[in-house]
Amino acid sequence: MAVKEMICVACPLGCGLRVELDDMNNILSITGNTCKRGEAYARTEITNPMRSFTSTVRVNGGNAPFVSVKSKTAMPKDLLFAAAEATRGVILQAPVAIGDCVIADVAGCGVDLVATNRVGSKN
Amino acid sequence: MSNYDIIVIGGGPAGMAAALEAEKHGVKNILLLERAETLGGILEQCIHTGFGLHFFGEELSGPEYADRFAVQTEASCAITVKTDTMVLDVQAQDGTHIVTAVNKEDGLLALTAAAVVLAMGCRERPRGALNIAGTRPAGILSAGTAQKYVNLDGYMPGKEVVILGSGDIGLIMARRMTLEGAKVKMVCELMPYSSGLTRNIVQCLDDFDIPLKLSCTVIEIHGAEHLEAVTIAKVDENRRPIAGTEETIPCDSLLLSVGLIPENELTRACGAAMDRVTSGAVVNESRETSIPGVFACGNVLHVHDLVDYVTLESQLAGAGAADYVQGKRATGGEVTTQGINGVRYVVPQRVGRAQSEAVKLYFRVGQVYKNACVRVRCGDTILAQKKRPRLAPGEMEDFLIKPDQLASLPHDAVLTVEVVA
Ligand SMILES: Cc1cc2nc3c(=O)[nH]c(=O)nc-3n(C[C@H](O)[C@H](O)[C@H](O)COP(=O)(O)OP(=O)(O)OC[C@H]3O[C@@H](n4cnc5c(N)ncnc54)[C@H](O)[C@@H]3O)c2cc1C
Ligand code: SF4
Repeated sequence: MAVKEMICVACPLGCGLRVELDDMNNILSITGNTCKRGEAYARTEITNPMRSFTSTVRVNGGNAPFVSVKSKTAMPKDLLFAAAEATRGVILQAPVAIGDCVIADVAGCGVDLVATNRVGSKN
Repeated sequence: MSNYDIIVIGGGPAGMAAALEAEKHGVKNILLLERAETLGGILEQCIHTGFGLHFFGEELSGPEYADRFAVQTEASCAITVKTDTMVLDVQAQDGTHIVTAVNKEDGLLALTAAAVVLAMGCRERPRGALNIAGTRPAGILSAGTAQKYVNLDGYMPGKEVVILGSGDIGLIMARRMTLEGAKVKMVCELMPYSSGLTRNIVQCLDDFDIPLKLSCTVIEIHGAEHLEAVTIAKVDENRRPIAGTEETIPCDSLLLSVGLIPENELTRACGAAMDRVTSGAVVNESRETSIPGVFACGNVLHVHDLVDYVTLESQLAGAGAADYVQGKRATGGEVTTQGINGVRYVVPQRVGRAQSEAVKLYFRVGQVYKNACVRVRCGDTILAQKKRPRLAPGEMEDFLIKPDQLASLPHDAVLTVEVVA
């Protein structure tokens, strides 16, 4: 049996989690979480760690030169650099609204990149 | 002179939440003044996610969190917003408050209000306060300035980065610059623990194998015109560099993430009593300062690490200001709060004894504790206590005190919050 200690990053409380694994990496128990999200976090962290990705993208013709973007949900951690690469060089046209899709299925991770701020057209 | 029921100063999350809450409590004539072009405050540059989990149950980025409130604020008939407007002075006079502000359109504005909410936020500690030896080349900037350059102006301040101080903004920037192609060589922290949230150490440093060097500081800066390297050294328990541990690290930028200071020039100018530890005003449970009708909330009151708490606190201030305007005054005396034995500060510092709802006492500890117990007592009577597996200076804690408990305390009693080993 192995024990893995980790910090839940699903919210800023950062609970310390303790995961007991058998020899086949099957989860025997999860303790230390203060909510259900913590348990889910521990499960994916063992099998396929997920993180959220945020960046900015250039906007033409807007009242701000850039707009902030995020992966709509968490995406696989090992594709973060690929997502950053795919985001560079993208140019949007104003106006941009919160939630607008910027890149569908960014870096083939299955998650869309969406705008997280609004940029109006330059008047 | 234009007259308002409430003037809110600062259009960040604190100011917007206070204004909206005052409206909800029936105030119809509210003015919100913001010196920047748009509402949102510092959240506009905090593009990472992690905001709003407690308040909205969703993981939002800073701009998204701010926008939820900005949309409501802009749509409100009770709230007039003036952006690009800098407040210069607040004075209490003959039961009213005079607010002096300036903007391009109206020039100098003299305004009056029955109540004022101070929500000016905080700013970063300047580098001058640090006193590092060596040259003063370009390439040294605060983490917040770097955040603004990268996130709002689209400009990378360096390729090889050392970060001094492990505050959250520095940690967040370590990840952001790494993903944008920079090499973040290390984060040095003077203290034996990080002041940032644990989750940020995990997802901003550990995920990218960026070393966090605790009990370590930058002792010298090298480079004539542009930064070329820094010398770091380990420090002893008195935070003095240990000879023989020096190491020179080539780098072209040094980010300083060494803490925030509430922006309280206006608070001091109007004569409000200040708390030496928080650098903010002394307030009661409605976040009213020692000047009647002047309220303070958000980072101007004490530095918060979670914006969700800023919103909750600001709603208390907004409701308090509304009550004040409507002539509801607290009666029944007050108790004061105090942090001792490892508790650095408690907010609010004063609590009225007659409450219809429970009052939350927020506090911070001064160092890291493992498996400690924290408690609130009045003399020998323990009002509340709890065990905590971990207490850290970077994480705010709280206690809920019930109305009947408060009512049972003598007037002028002192509530102490402390760590017991
Ligand atoms: C550089 C920096 C980065 C940060 N990054 C993070 C982060 O990544 N995550 C996080 O959780 N928290 C972060 N914080 C903390 C963040 O400030 C709070 O979470 C939250 O934004 C505080 O809200 P507030 O409304 O109290 O202050 P602010 O958001 O700072 O808003 C205060 C507003 O008041 C305005 N103002 C100030 N003085 C005047 C005046 N005289 N007249 C008119 N208007 C005035 C300012 O322009 C500003 O818009 C950061 C803080 C700073 C300084
Ligand atoms: S377990 Fe729940 S409360 Fe704890 S950090 Fe994870 S999400 Fe937050």
